[in-house]
Amino acid sequence: MSESVIITNELTKRFSNFTAVDAISFEVKKGEIFGFLGANGAGKTTAMRMLCGLSIPTSGRASVAGFDVYKQTEDIKRSIGYMSQKFSLYEDLTVKENMQFYGGIYGMSNKAIKQKTDYVLNTLHLENEAKKLVRSLPLGWKQKLAFSVAIFHEPSIVFLDEPTGGVDPVTRREFWNLIYEAAENGITIFVTTHYMDEAEYCNRVSIMVDGKIEALDSPTRLKQIFEAESMGEVFLKLARKAVRSE
Amino acid sequence: MKAVLAENLVKRYGDKRSHTEALKEVSFEVKQGELFGIIGPDGAGKTSLFRILTTLLLPDGGNATVDGYDVVKDFKSIRKRVGYMPGRFSLYQDLSVAENLEFFATIFETSIEENYELIKDIYSQIEPFKDRKAGKLSGGMKQKLALSCALIHRPSVLFLDEPTTGVDAVSRMEFWDMLQGLKKQGITILVSTPYMDEASLCDRVALIQTGNILSINSPENIISNFGRSLVAVRSNKMFDLLKDLKYFEGTEDVYAFGEYHHLVLKNSSSLAEVKEFLSARHFDSEATMVTPGIEDCFIALMKSS
Repeated sequence: MSESVIITNELTKRFSNFTAVDAISFEVKKGEIFGFLGANGAGKTTAMRMLCGLSIPTSGRASVAGFDVYKQTEDIKRSIGYMSQKFSLYEDLTVKENMQFYGGIYGMSNKAIKQKTDYVLNTLHLENEAKKLVRSLPLGWKQKLAFSVAIFHEPSIVFLDEPTGGVDPVTRREFWNLIYEAAENGITIFVTTHYMDEAEYCNRVSIMVDGKIEALDSPTRLKQIFEAESMGEVFLKLARKAVRSE
Repeated sequence: MKAVLAENLVKRYGDKRSHTEALKEVSFEVKQGELFGIIGPDGAGKTSLFRILTTLLLPDGGNATVDGYDVVKDFKSIRKRVGYMPGRFSLYQDLSVAENLEFFATIFETSIEENYELIKDIYSQIEPFKDRKAGKLSGGMKQKLALSCALIHRPSVLFLDEPTTGVDAVSRMEFWDMLQGLKKQGITILVSTPYMDEASLCDRVALIQTGNILSINSPENIISNFGRSLVAVRSNKMFDLLKDLKYFEGTEDVYAFGEYHHLVLKNSSSLAEVKEFLSARHFDSEATMVTPGIEDCFIALMKSS
């Protein structure tokens, strides 16, 4: 059995009388690509914030990379990477400076930062852009760089919040190749997306509706269970049941 | 008369030494009553194009008309006749739902009552919350209010800049249903989106990438112009399969596509050859011919341009 890097048990978050996340229980295995889907307002962001150590749960239990989400939030933050469509890199720092900055934040040695910087520049073919401001890069390059920076310190898990929004279809696929490579190297991927074809690229997918996890399985199994042709159809069948919106 | 006519539109940002060309001689036309989609990723030039057509930005070259009016000379006439919903929520957050709508109706010298029929289906969904501040609405409700405000003066042309970005699959479908309803009322609609699957909901689409239009046609014609055989392939080891297919000699292009990989075949190759190739390392694989979608066409056009 491979080990679980995320374990939640009845994890719950309430804001006064509103239950944003309602007793969710699931496990994510090491090296797995785990899709975390749900309509707007289903509770995905709140759940992710708890798993990243940014929000203390109201009740239930959870551990991330072996650390407790109530007591060991700082240890969790050191063990994970995070990237979202909206914020990831400093636009007014160069490509190289961003990597030095993030490496430094996570306490990597100068030698390790240098080695890793060379590796990333090489694999993304960004050698000629190392000294350019991130602002000047095309969006697709930024997103690929942002992902590489999110896993720069070799975290055990990386959380990706709609990483490919607005990205062109070719770059979107290059981005997913990076995800596959990272997963093959043992990094667990926890990803949210509005692109239903991307749900198919995940090993397992959970779908949240009104704060609860309504379905969790491999894309193939989910399509069988819900008698659907595609993950898009599975999603629609479940999300239509939702009562609440954002 | 065309609802929208754009001829060689150019837009540049930055100074002489280093500038970005957001629009590179973009030309197209939209017929009256048409639902026209501008489909492309971030940075394609969609917003620059919409801002020029709604007279909020001056072009650096070319010219354009909306309802026969010139976007530079006749900007005042255009502003009275178009509705514009920007990508970012731009209503007054500290006014209530009803106050926002009232405000826009007054600015355009009309009243809510006069055009209520047009917005009824959309506005009635948020009317129960008409005293709530716009800033306190959910994303879906903000969107409905913004659309109501863009429609309250009964525009002849409606510009919607990425109305469905970041919106979940269910709300996206509801939004497109609303657009079909408006189209029936005779309003010309230009809508931009980064979601390729929304192309099929438009009468015609322009596929746009880094300031260039790759193709303009009906979704059906774009697909029939794909012109090559497309094979959907899958096996138990998808990542290995993708890597292996790159070495198949009949491969023109191969990329992940949902639960399958899509393999664009060279004209010299055939499905039988694909199966033959796969039998060695992927004996559990399946391969079938499929019809391309807009996304396949976009990828092919991007790579050939």
